[in-house]
Amino acid sequence: MTAEVQIRSVSHRFQSFTALEGIDLEIAAGEFIVLLGPSGCGKTTLLSIIGGFLTPSEGEIVIGGRDMTRVAPKDRPTTTMFQDYALFPHMNLRDNVAFGLRMRGVGRKARHDRALEMLEMVGLSAFAARKPHALSGGQRQRVALARALAVEPDVLLLDEPLGALDLKLRRQMQDELKNIQRKVGTTFIHVTHDQEEAMAIADRIVVMNRGHIEHFGTPEDVYLRPRTLFSADFMGEMNRIPVRRDGGNSVSPLGPLPLDLGEGLLCLRPENIGFEGSFSLGRARLQEAAFFGTHHRCHFVPLNAPDLTLTVNLPQGAHPAPGAEVELFGRDPVLLSEDGR
Amino acid sequence: MRTLSWVYLGAIFTFILLPVVVLVIFSFQDGRLPVPPFKGATLKWYAKILADRDLMEALVNSLMVAVLSSLVAVTLGFLAASGLARTVLPGSALMRGLLIAPMTVSYLIIGLGLLQMFNQVGIRPSLLATGIGHVVINLPLCFAIVYAAIGEHQKSALQAARDLGAREWQVLWHIAAPMLAPSLAAAFFLSFTFSWDEFIIAFLLTRFDVTLPVEIWSMLRSGLSPATNAVGSLVFLVSVAVVVTLELTLFRKGSK
Repeated sequence: MTAEVQIRSVSHRFQSFTALEGIDLEIAAGEFIVLLGPSGCGKTTLLSIIGGFLTPSEGEIVIGGRDMTRVAPKDRPTTTMFQDYALFPHMNLRDNVAFGLRMRGVGRKARHDRALEMLEMVGLSAFAARKPHALSGGQRQRVALARALAVEPDVLLLDEPLGALDLKLRRQMQDELKNIQRKVGTTFIHVTHDQEEAMAIADRIVVMNRGHIEHFGTPEDVYLRPRTLFSADFMGEMNRIPVRRDGGNSVSPLGPLPLDLGEGLLCLRPENIGFEGSFSLGRARLQEAAFFGTHHRCHFVPLNAPDLTLTVNLPQGAHPAPGAEVELFGRDPVLLSEDGR
Repeated sequence: MRTLSWVYLGAIFTFILLPVVVLVIFSFQDGRLPVPPFKGATLKWYAKILADRDLMEALVNSLMVAVLSSLVAVTLGFLAASGLARTVLPGSALMRGLLIAPMTVSYLIIGLGLLQMFNQVGIRPSLLATGIGHVVINLPLCFAIVYAAIGEHQKSALQAARDLGAREWQVLWHIAAPMLAPSLAAAFFLSFTFSWDEFIIAFLLTRFDVTLPVEIWSMLRSGLSPATNAVGSLVFLVSVAVVVTLELTLFRKGSK
């Protein structure tokens, strides 16, 4: 079961605070969407509005072609996987997972079979008779997922479900979520503030900031071709070099650059600067370097612009010597205007 | 210092428990007056009160009033707490305050108020009137206990139940009540003990059928007797039994 979701000019205000402002979003059926942003950006509010826990001050929510703006959560084709799992502590796992079916009047045998099937899917069928308190955090997470999916919702809403897990388990759950989503085909809308998680699981990412959408696109799009300074910075580290146009060339503090860009900030990801690339950034001196396992994170000071620092990720094995002067090259440049638009 | 602490502990327990101990001891008095010297042990006073029909009737009345009024108070308190914990209404704080307020009013005042009001609406002094009075005094307690027990954890489980398609009564019955079972039971047993030995309201609001404390009071009017001590010991035994049950089942589980 799956459905598309349309969010039409939704705004929401809490007393005087505007949590969401004119949100428009078209989500296709079966997509894995991640709402990404810092705390207070409105992503959880938007999720609550889609789930029916909040009624937006303005705008409408359409799920599967039907207006759901004022429909109660229990009557929506959505279920939510809550941040703190929200399992029922007095019920065993089978009854937890079967609860939604029980509320829909499904018979005992049928709902228990279905619950075991869902527990099987998340690898917990052996624990069906246990109570939630006997499980680890990751296992509870899986039960919450099985419970939310047991009623075959059109849309599954996930409210920072992986926030409480440690890094390794989080990576593992990300893969599992992605697999399960492929298997069931339900539209997933997932909230997180972790941009790596967002890129790892999303078909498309909605970058949000201060109640509006900064960028809506595929992970590659959002990371490599950010549309605003905010989403550029939020998705990862970014070097910013102010440039202006001078004839066919661009002029920057580093010197003239062989690029036809225009006026604004030249943004380069640390991994897009190195000893080779599509254009030269001039010579720079290595100030310091640190080994991060997958790469060396280095700070270079351009000889032409001593007050700028470039952060560069160099591959393992490219051993930079502090104090050395080398010529740096860049690739995949993105130009963004100063005001962030 | 350690010895001093133990002495202090002993003194406190003596201070608290001595009256009860004396009461219990002289209920076995083999004599006509429950005063020293102790003349030897006998169970005849217990035999006497257990054979006393009025007294046994009053005991059954008391049990009935205590059980029923506590059930009503717990149910109402649970519903009020669930409602106020779920939605923020204008004046929520005021409503909570009003619900708890009767706790601060003396039983005598509540009893007088109920007496006058029941007169107006035509409810005769009876066990029913007493039961209603006990609901009035125990509802604030039940509300406070249950409301305090509803935390974020419960709230999100209730929200999850609604999200999974439960109607409001199903949420309360299948999720809220079982999750709050320890506090509901604590509220019930506390209400039970308060109703069980409540005197003033029962005295004002009963006439022909009376509760045990009222019956004991009328026994006392005819003078001291080891029989009253025996009744008192029985009442005390029931209260102790309730508290011990509570301690062994609920509180131990809660501290785990």
